[in-house]
Amino acid sequence: MRRSRFPLLVTVAVIVFFYLPILVLVVNSFNASRFGSSWQGFSLRWYAGLVTEREIWAALRVTLIVAVSATAVSAVLGTTAALAMHRHRTRLQRFHSLLIAVPLVMPEILIGISLLLLFAIIGLGLGIFSIFLAHVTFCLSFVAIVVLGRLEGFDESLLEAARDLGATWWTATWRVLLPLLAPGIAAGALLAFTLSIDDFVITFFVAGPGATTLPIRIYSMIKHGSPPLISALSTLLLVVTLVAVWLSQRLIERRA
Amino acid sequence: MSTATPRKTGEWPLTLPSMVWLAVLVLVPALIVFVVAFRSADPYGGVGARWTLDTLRDLARESYLLIGWRTVYLSLLTTTLCLLFATPMAYFMARVSERWRHVLLLLVVVPFWTSFLVRIFAWKVVLHPEGLLKRALAALHLVSPEATLLYNPGAVLLVMVYISLPFAILPIYAAAERFDFSLLEAARDLGAGSLTAFRSVFMPGIRRGLASAALLVFIPSLGSYIVPDIVGGPRSEMIGNVIAQRVFSDRNLPHAGALSAVLTLLVLAPMLAALVLRSPQEEIPARRAGPG
Repeated sequence: MRRSRFPLLVTVAVIVFFYLPILVLVVNSFNASRFGSSWQGFSLRWYAGLVTEREIWAALRVTLIVAVSATAVSAVLGTTAALAMHRHRTRLQRFHSLLIAVPLVMPEILIGISLLLLFAIIGLGLGIFSIFLAHVTFCLSFVAIVVLGRLEGFDESLLEAARDLGATWWTATWRVLLPLLAPGIAAGALLAFTLSIDDFVITFFVAGPGATTLPIRIYSMIKHGSPPLISALSTLLLVVTLVAVWLSQRLIERRA
Repeated sequence: MSTATPRKTGEWPLTLPSMVWLAVLVLVPALIVFVVAFRSADPYGGVGARWTLDTLRDLARESYLLIGWRTVYLSLLTTTLCLLFATPMAYFMARVSERWRHVLLLLVVVPFWTSFLVRIFAWKVVLHPEGLLKRALAALHLVSPEATLLYNPGAVLLVMVYISLPFAILPIYAAAERFDFSLLEAARDLGAGSLTAFRSVFMPGIRRGLASAALLVFIPSLGSYIVPDIVGGPRSEMIGNVIAQRVFSDRNLPHAGALSAVLTLLVLAPMLAALVLRSPQEEIPARRAGPG
């Protein structure tokens, strides 16, 4: 039977659309030309220029402090939330899962402005701590969803077997449940970490003048800075991203 | 089976931490947005103590109505374009071999993980007056050498589609993967043309996927802020930009709150519509039979 070529053409066009701008960006980061309009030879000068940008390194430090702490807290809260929703089918859990879903569907700017208003009203100073609170809030939902997906295939009778064999609740949780859930929690945590490192909109609203994360720094560079320098920084971030995707694929493929 | 089983005893300790966190940092702030809209502004950029209707009166100004309309219009256009590109692509992905499917899925997922700002910046480089696309189009005499591709509603629409397209492809693909393609062949055997079969058999078959794709694109689009901020200009401002201006330039939090309240209502409308329109027989059967 004759099949239309149209879907193939659209697919190819979409893939080119997805990757062409990124390719231009990466190529430009190695271009000696300042304006990137023509190729003036291979150069690493923009990468060398990054090394001396002290503000970038300071921003990276803030970003990592927030990401590591927010990932740790949201991994715990997200996992307990997923366990609660998985094990109990009560009205309380229906309300719980509704709350978990809100940060997933709410536009980021609304999360950002509403947290800013809360902090302004209770008088919490803006800075690294307010960023941390905001990041845990949206990361926790993503961890909960990923771990919940993992629990769908989980055999609860393993826990009952452990208890029947004399394990205490603590031993059964620590030695049976958590090791089996570990790949799911790790995948959720990795997602939380990536989201935290990448977040701009929410962070911008709750950061205040004192704390600058890497995305906020990149934003002000886009607004006022030198384009090839941002291209070099973006290329480095892309490499980190690809490693993260590869790692998460490995985690997802590994079955418990 | 009953509340006496040992597993049930753990409900509150497992539920409370995340529930309290989300109640304090999501639910309460979402309500504050509505309350603040009726409060006066204080001169230091905070929220004043007086109740007032001034902010709401300000919102009825014509410039706001224009920006509100533009926000809805650009979001609807983004959603339509995303569905137009995503549907044939999802169809293609569902029909190729397992290996190609895996490769294509990966190609769709990578942009998800790539920094939002980096992807928008990439377009700024491409569309820049000295950039590749502009020079190529000028060389082909498709645009005049003085034309600017950046800072207009077209650039905003293009980049919004770019950012949202993966969110449309994935749910449609998930629906297309479960679609029984022999139905299409049956339709053609019965004399339907390719396009008719696609429209009247395939599209209804994946309508749940199309509906979730539309919501996943439309709702975040309504809240767009960085895209119009970086590649847009004064003629392509959206509600998100005005909220940011009220916060960062004017320091008028009640005004920002009122605009956010309007945006919240705009976001809730399509979600409620989706809930109402979903007919009962379409409910997915319980995903999992409970163990107890």
